[in-house]
Amino acid sequence: MIKQKIVLRFPPHLVEKPTIYHLIKDYDLMVNILRADINPKKEGRLMMELSGSETNYQRALEWLRELGLHIMGLEQQIIWRAERCTHCGACTVICPTEALAFNRPEMTVSFDEYKCVVCELCLRACPARAMETLVDNANSK
Amino acid sequence: MKVNRSIEEINEKIKTGKAVVFTAEEIIEVVEEKGLERAAAEVDVVTTGTFGPMCSSGVFLNVGHPTPRMKLNDAYLNSVPAYAGIAAVDLYLGATALPPSDPANRNYPGDFIYGGGHVIEDLVAGKAIRLEATAYGTDCYPLKKIDTSFRLAEINEATLFNPRNAYQNYNVAVNLGPKTIYTYMGVLKMNMGNANYSSAGQLSPLFNDPLLKTIGLGTRIFLGGGIGYVSWHGTQHNPSAARAENDTPLQPAATLALVGDLKQMEPRWLRGLSFLGYGATLQVGVGVPIPILNEEMMAYCAVRDEDLQAPVVDYNRAYPYKEGGELVRVSYAELKSGSITVKGQKVPTASLSSYAGAREIAAGLKEWIEAGRFTLTVPSAPLPSVEAGIKLNALPQRDPEDREVK
Repeated sequence: MIKQKIVLRFPPHLVEKPTIYHLIKDYDLMVNILRADINPKKEGRLMMELSGSETNYQRALEWLRELGLHIMGLEQQIIWRAERCTHCGACTVICPTEALAFNRPEMTVSFDEYKCVVCELCLRACPARAMETLVDNANSK
Repeated sequence: MKVNRSIEEINEKIKTGKAVVFTAEEIIEVVEEKGLERAAAEVDVVTTGTFGPMCSSGVFLNVGHPTPRMKLNDAYLNSVPAYAGIAAVDLYLGATALPPSDPANRNYPGDFIYGGGHVIEDLVAGKAIRLEATAYGTDCYPLKKIDTSFRLAEINEATLFNPRNAYQNYNVAVNLGPKTIYTYMGVLKMNMGNANYSSAGQLSPLFNDPLLKTIGLGTRIFLGGGIGYVSWHGTQHNPSAARAENDTPLQPAATLALVGDLKQMEPRWLRGLSFLGYGATLQVGVGVPIPILNEEMMAYCAVRDEDLQAPVVDYNRAYPYKEGGELVRVSYAELKSGSITVKGQKVPTASLSSYAGAREIAAGLKEWIEAGRFTLTVPSAPLPSVEAGIKLNALPQRDPEDREVK
C-alpha cells in the first residue's frame, strides 16, 4: 500500500478530460481531492491524495506523465521565504493545519510543508508577505 | 534607597568596558536570584526592544535640486505620493501612503501590496527609487516636471521621523461578529476565532520605565538598526491611562516620537508591511536603554509578562463604534502561552509584533553598550507623565450651523 499527496498540472487541452475516472476505474486507486482550480489560461491544477497498491500507483503516474500532465509533490506548492519572515506569528492562527506553527519558548515561526494543504490563506494573511506560491492559479492575485 | 547612580557614572563604566548590562528578559532571573538591592547595586543598564507595525512613521527627505531648480508640488516615490507642502525639494513620505492606482478596499479585502513603508524599506536597502514630480514653476524654480531615480546615498538628507512609536501597552483584538474582519490588528476570524496582540510585553521599552522617569527628550536609542533619539512624546500620548500597582498601564498609554538618520539604518529593522483589508505600514525596530539609577528603576525593569495586563477589545463593534469597553484583561504571559479565555471560550492568540525581533534588538543594544559603542544620554527635558493630567480628545463633529468658522 502507498499513500501520497500530489499535485497535477493540466495543460489547457487536457483540462476537460475525465482523468480521475480512469485513476479509479483502471488503476484501482483511492482518490481524495483536496483542491482543484483552473486559471485564466485554462491550465488546471489538482491537488489530491492517492492511495492503492504500489504497482498500480506507479503505473498510474506513468500513464499521467504519458498523457502530458506535470506531477509535483504537494509540499512544493507553498514556499516560506524565511528571510522575509519577521516571526510575528500572525499566520499561525490563520493556518488551519498547523503547518505554520509558533514555537515556544523560542517565539519563532516554523513551516512544515508536509502538513500544508495549500489552502493559501497565509499568502495574504502574512503582513510581511513571506509566504509565496510559484503556481499561477485562478485564486491568487 | 541605597543605590544612587548617575548617567555620567554609567557612561564612565561604558567607556572603560566595565558596564554591567542585561536585557529586560535576562534581568528577571537576575533580580529573582540576587534580590532587588543587590541587582540594583551590580547592574548599570537594562536594554529593551520591540519590533512591531508602527503606522505613525515616515521619513523626511531632501532630494537635492535638479537643473534648473524645481519646487516640487505633486511628488511620487515609486508611485507612492509624498507630501511636498514644505520647502522646494523637501518631502515627507508616510508609512501608510498608497499609490493613487492602488485599488484599496474596492476589491475587498484589499492587498495593499506596496505603500510608503515598502518605499522606506527599499530606500534603506539602497535600491533605486523612482521620483516623478510636477510643479507650477516659479521665477526661481522654473522646472515643471521631472521623472528620475535616486538612491539613498545620493540625496542630502533622509531623516526617519516617526510621530508615534513604541506604544506602552496595546489592545488585544478579537472579533465578536459573524464574519471575518480585516483590521490593523490583522485578520480576525468570526466568533473570536483568534485574538491578536501587539506588544513585546516584558521586553517592551515603555513597560520597563512605566512613568518615564529616565526616558525623555533626547534619549539616545536603537532605531531601525541604527541610532536614533526620542524627539518628543508621541501623538495620542496618554500617560493618564489606568495603571496597575506596579505603575504599568492597563490600556494603551504613553507613546514616543522618534527621530534618526535613515542612512545608518538597516532594511532588516524597517520592513514594509501589507495588512489585508487595512493598508500598508512599516514595522519598526526600537530599543531603549534604561539606566539603573536606583532600586526603583531596577524594580521597574524586573517586570514580568505575568505582571503586565492588556485589555481584550471587540474590533467588530466596540472599537470602531466606541460601543462598550474591555471584554476582559489578560496578562502577556497568557497571551504568549498561545491561548486566552474570553467569555468562557478558549481563543488562540497571535502576535503582530515580533518577540524574536524584540529579543534580538535588546541583545544588540546590550552588545553596543558593552563594546563601548553606545553611551546613555541625560534627557534635556522630561516627557509628560501621569502628573501632566493629559486627557485624550475625540474630534468634535459639529453641525454646519454650529460652526464658528465658515
